[in-house]
Amino acid sequence: MNLAEKVRQKYSAMVSDLASNAGEPVVIAKKESVKNFMAALRADSEFSFDLLMDLFAVDYLFWEEKEKRFEIIYNLYSLTKKHRLFIKVQVRETDPTLDSVAGVWPAADWYEREAWDMFGIRFSGHPNLKRILMYESFKGHPLRKDYRYNERQPIIGPLN
Amino acid sequence: MGAVTVDKFSFMTTKLNDAIGWARKFSIFQYPFVTACCGMEYMATACAHYDVDRFGAGFPRFSPRQADVLFVVGTISHKMAPVLKRVYDQMCEPKWVVAFGVCTCTGGFYDNYATVMGIDTIIPVDVYIPGCPPRPENVLDGLMKLQDKIQNQKQEV
Ligand code: SF4
Repeated sequence: MNLAEKVRQKYSAMVSDLASNAGEPVVIAKKESVKNFMAALRADSEFSFDLLMDLFAVDYLFWEEKEKRFEIIYNLYSLTKKHRLFIKVQVRETDPTLDSVAGVWPAADWYEREAWDMFGIRFSGHPNLKRILMYESFKGHPLRKDYRYNERQPIIGPLN
Repeated sequence: MGAVTVDKFSFMTTKLNDAIGWARKFSIFQYPFVTACCGMEYMATACAHYDVDRFGAGFPRFSPRQADVLFVVGTISHKMAPVLKRVYDQMCEPKWVVAFGVCTCTGGFYDNYATVMGIDTIIPVDVYIPGCPPRPENVLDGLMKLQDKIQNQKQEV
């Protein structure tokens, strides 16, 4: 039984599906319970995911087979158990909101700000959800697939 | 073999404009505005192997008020643009600007939401050094072109 299956066995109420990507186990979690799920994975001594290595979003706008537009990907690692797990959460275009995990891993703070800045994913309960890379006057979210690649918003200088 | 007498040669004639130009072109205090990968090549040029000090430009000043030449080295983003403009505005006349690398010349291969399409859309540029990144020889060539420009321009005093 691989790691993802173990996780599903223990937390079946919070997991909606399993997948694998390049040999790495992937757990697809339910959006509603994501914060509790993450807190449990961190606290559980069987998994003890004490390190959030990455958190990012993907926009599947042009993938017809994807019912939900955005996927938020958590890359968890356990320093004591030396194992890794990817968790994905899918959100709809109309409501790109999910709970912040900044209370579980403080490292999530800036990652979530980046996902907000680039994709417009709202993390409710985040202590300071504002842009991290772009400037405050910037309109829109540049890594969304429907943001035109050559649409520029200079602070000074011409539009070219 | 007698003693060399120098009294015949103890003066020379020149034009004030040329003399000031000569002095200025060999005492370039540069402000390195380094933002990206081109910085490595800038460092290679500045270090002993290529020794930019041979051209009188070996003295980087990290205050724009003490600098003569602004070296813009690396990608300039729209977020950085107001900072670059302010640094330029703070420099005293006479001042020159070198665009180092294609990113600063034209935006280079970037064509996206983040990058300024050439710093000459924001500040005037005197010498463009293309290359991604330019080799040190290329940089020295650009520097010598800048020296020519300084020498031959009308010197404001
Ligand atoms: S020109 Fe090339 S090396 Fe220089 S900053 Fe741009 S990408 Fe980097």
